Amino acid sequence: MRIPCPYCGERSIDEFVELGAADPARPAPDAGHEAFIDYVYLRDNPAGRHREVFHHAGGCRAILIVERDTRTHAVFRAIPAAEVRR
Amino acid sequence: MSPCSSARHVGSGNVGRNTTIIRSNYLLPANTAFYEWSLKLWEGLEQEIHYNAMVSQRGVLNLFHSDAQRDAYARRGNAMRIDGVDAELLDREAVRRMVPYLDYDNARFPIRGGLLQRRGGTVRHDAVAWGYARAADRLGVDIVQDCEVTGINTAQGRVVGVETTRGPIAANRVGLAVAGHSSRLAAMAGLRLPIESHVLQAFVTEGIKPLIDTVVTFGAGHFYISQSDKGGLVFGGDIDGYNSYAQRGGLATVEHVFEEGMVLMPMLGRLRVLRSWGGVMDMSMDGSPIIDRTPIEGLFLNAGWCYGGFKATPASGWCFAYAIARNEPHPLNAAFRLDRFATGHIIDEKGQGPMPTLH
Repeated sequence: MRIPCPYCGERSIDEFVELGAADPARPAPDAGHEAFIDYVYLRDNPAGRHREVFHHAGGCRAILIVERDTRTHAVFRAIPAAEVRR
Repeated sequence: MSPCSSARHVGSGNVGRNTTIIRSNYLLPANTAFYEWSLKLWEGLEQEIHYNAMVSQRGVLNLFHSDAQRDAYARRGNAMRIDGVDAELLDREAVRRMVPYLDYDNARFPIRGGLLQRRGGTVRHDAVAWGYARAADRLGVDIVQDCEVTGINTAQGRVVGVETTRGPIAANRVGLAVAGHSSRLAAMAGLRLPIESHVLQAFVTEGIKPLIDTVVTFGAGHFYISQSDKGGLVFGGDIDGYNSYAQRGGLATVEHVFEEGMVLMPMLGRLRVLRSWGGVMDMSMDGSPIIDRTPIEGLFLNAGWCYGGFKATPASGWCFAYAIARNEPHPLNAAFRLDRFATGHIIDEKGQGPMPTLH
């Protein structure tokens, strides 16, 4: 699998560290116990299109959101996490 | 009648492609008790199912490479012995007598000794699938092959049956045991699990004369190696580290595993790798399995085996059958609860943290 880093271009997966699913959003501080358990531990784990956080640890060190297919390893796009969170 | 539905033929899943290691060398009490029961069941399995599964207690040797690691292994060995499990801490020379062909003086990861469980070993994985299938069939279980579950029917919070590609099956108790695809099946009942699916690779070399008569694991990375009865060296390492249902790994992990092998055992460089494969694993958030009831009455879950499912086969089935029959967990699997993440009772064997990629 190769990831198109927006800063460095297409690079091998071994330059990256996967940091987990990108979709879980941190609940509000007063959202309650259940909401936080859901956020930390429960996952959709889709077979198909999936958004994941990758750290370009062996490159520019950017945190990226990578959209790809878990059935084929096709990578659709990688964008800086900062742009997504805004 | 107890129908058992299998998406493909028996033995075509992960049980048909794995590194066949059995052991019970765990630290945490819940794991030690459960995996030791599993090892005891392995020891009597062939008599019980009347099938030669080639259970071979050739020993499992975990190498350590530093003083800190020796202390950690001594602690684990002591924990095992307190629970009645066999464990021996070997020094460097004792390890050298057992497996002289390793690189003891590697500049970065010199071998200082090892923790040995002599009762550990390997089992012929295909024979396990076939032997169990035949034994279950003789006990009256209907195994329906090429019959994929497409839906789980519930009514008033109770399970009432499943839909399959070959028609519906009514049932008031349903057990899910589909390593790698648990999330997808649980989603049919509206459940989200603390599980991600990841790809794990394994490798086999060309067949050679008897060389490795035990199972050796590298302590400075994740690498384990043994020799099959056909002569091929069988080895594997870590998961690739990203969600995958592709049953196909990446070259970066291949390179990493081979590097570890070369550090441990430089003679591997003279061998050719014959086959490699990638399997889909249920990676749970704490690295430990789940055998439990679910919030849906009558629906049971056996999942999250990470890459340790094979050795657990007998105890996993034994506890699951108990749980389904009595609608309550057996003390041996009582800790493997689905709600342990919410209650804080996680079972993180290595204290790694709450992410599949860490285990």
